[in-house]
Amino acid sequence: MDFIRNFPCFSIMLCLFAGIISSGVKGRTARWINIVLLTTVTILSACTLFYTLSTGESFVYVMGKFPAPWGNEIRAGVLEAGMALFFCIIMLLSLLGGQHKLIAEVEENKIFLYYVLTNLLLSSLLALVYTNDMFTAYVFVEINTISACGLIMIRQVGRTIEAAVRYMIMSLLGSGLLLLGLCMLYDLTGHLLMSNMKESIAAIVAQGEYTIPLIVAIALMTVGLCIKCALFPFHAWLPDAYGYSTVSSAAMLSSLVSKGYIFLLIKIIYRVVGFDIFNNTRIIDVLFVFGLMGMIFGSLSAIKENDIRRMIAFSSVAQIGYIYMGFGMGTQYGMVASVFHILSHAATKSLLFIAVIGLTDVSGGSRKFIELTGSAYRNKWAGVTFTVGSLSMVGVPLFSGFISKLLFAQAAVQVDGKMLPALIVLGISTILNAIYFMKTVIRIYTPVEETSYPSVTFKDMKLYAIVLVFFIILNIILGISSQPIVDMIEQGLAMFA
Amino acid sequence: MGANLFTNYGEAVAMILFGIGFGNLLLQSNLIKKIIGLNIMDTAIYLFLAEKGYIKGRVAPIVADGVTSVEAYINPVPSGLVLTGIVVSVSVSALMLALTIRLYRRYHTLDLDEISTLLKKGGQ
Repeated sequence: MDFIRNFPCFSIMLCLFAGIISSGVKGRTARWINIVLLTTVTILSACTLFYTLSTGESFVYVMGKFPAPWGNEIRAGVLEAGMALFFCIIMLLSLLGGQHKLIAEVEENKIFLYYVLTNLLLSSLLALVYTNDMFTAYVFVEINTISACGLIMIRQVGRTIEAAVRYMIMSLLGSGLLLLGLCMLYDLTGHLLMSNMKESIAAIVAQGEYTIPLIVAIALMTVGLCIKCALFPFHAWLPDAYGYSTVSSAAMLSSLVSKGYIFLLIKIIYRVVGFDIFNNTRIIDVLFVFGLMGMIFGSLSAIKENDIRRMIAFSSVAQIGYIYMGFGMGTQYGMVASVFHILSHAATKSLLFIAVIGLTDVSGGSRKFIELTGSAYRNKWAGVTFTVGSLSMVGVPLFSGFISKLLFAQAAVQVDGKMLPALIVLGISTILNAIYFMKTVIRIYTPVEETSYPSVTFKDMKLYAIVLVFFIILNIILGISSQPIVDMIEQGLAMFA
Repeated sequence: MGANLFTNYGEAVAMILFGIGFGNLLLQSNLIKKIIGLNIMDTAIYLFLAEKGYIKGRVAPIVADGVTSVEAYINPVPSGLVLTGIVVSVSVSALMLALTIRLYRRYHTLDLDEISTLLKKGGQ
């Protein structure tokens, strides 16, 4: 059983090697390598999750010969393994669901590059999830940025290149701030490993020295990661990047890339700074306010939007706002709600992106609402899936979005000063969500008298339909059997501390 | 506080440079100027690290004359971090430059705001 301790390292290495091998083969082979890789990593992560659940504690894997204060380490607990497993599943589904669009939209001799980039993306995500070393985290943050930028611009139209440039600029600003904060923290503590940093920071705080530099360093890192995962007001690059890139990229960017950064922030809060010290700074209040503003303004922009892909992209801004609102509450319950929302949003947003592509395909490729009228009748599978995603986003029971809203509301009730604003904004945001998602659902189910667009049946899109079914199942699993997952998250967060 | 600022003037300069680079990357509309800003920003961090890693009167940690005492050498880790950082920043700059070439070939301008206006008016 102890052999399983090697699995986190294996999965990262496998992804890197698969990326290298894929760069020398043709598109089809690269796709098969990618599918095999994703399945293998899913199994490895599931084993790790099972192992950590059965032992009930996290383990540290030393990379190389050097012991703790000097060497590099990987650390895996329930939350890390669970996240890795979840990321792999979402990535596999997004890639399979968007495969026909990928073949249509990307030049044939460049498809293998797409799989190279996804392999690199997966390796960086896994490294962000598992690493115990801050500088390694920074390096993989940059690898993540570069591969995400490639995923945006692999579809060569002007919009995507512009979006990729804007994405790179914002990301580089974010990683510059992260690096600066990290260097300051290194100067204060003299360590780069998360566990040693935490000890030193606790000692510094106990002595009451260097309060201002410490807060500045924490603030720089937090702001850097907020910029990178598009918290309101840093979301200007987001609609174009999600709206015009090929659909698998949009699904992966919204549900994996931004979540990787958020997960790193959670690790910093728990494993580097310490939950209590982080909460005693006033940074959480700032996060709370910007989270609330994101929830409202993201939804308002989504309502104004006339392009269905961009509407879903703006909805991401609102959902990221929810996650930061949970951080801002400064309690364990808020954190659990945020982590659950990471899962719930990742599952739902990738579902929505993949479902929308089915609807736009039967509407002549147009994303305007007027053209989408009645498209759910022309592609029944995509219509049903989109409805499921919308209901989940609005927060109807049975689907995952309801559970995260419930958890947020429960967490809000237990915080004194922040209960009222959190609950009010949660209510307003739900209504706004309902306005634009239900508007779309009604629009796609409005029958049209005569249409020139063809209908598609199961036979035309077997793989796509199967992927949609898996997405719906995943969403309903998250919605129905939420209690074991919430328990697992609590256990994982306890292992962090 | 003022005295600290004077003794740590290297760090202060690094922070000022970081601000200049950050501002350029954020506010310039010319893509090449943005990339210059990016490089200033990254270099400022390396200056900061180098300043922090250097201890006056000591030398680089290469054992030459059989001196193995820790007191004789500076901390090697910041130098390692600077090297890694340089690699990252080179690859990111290369990617940005490649993207800039793509945009320039398509729109014949380096002004990002102008490109955005062109895209908003219509066309892909």
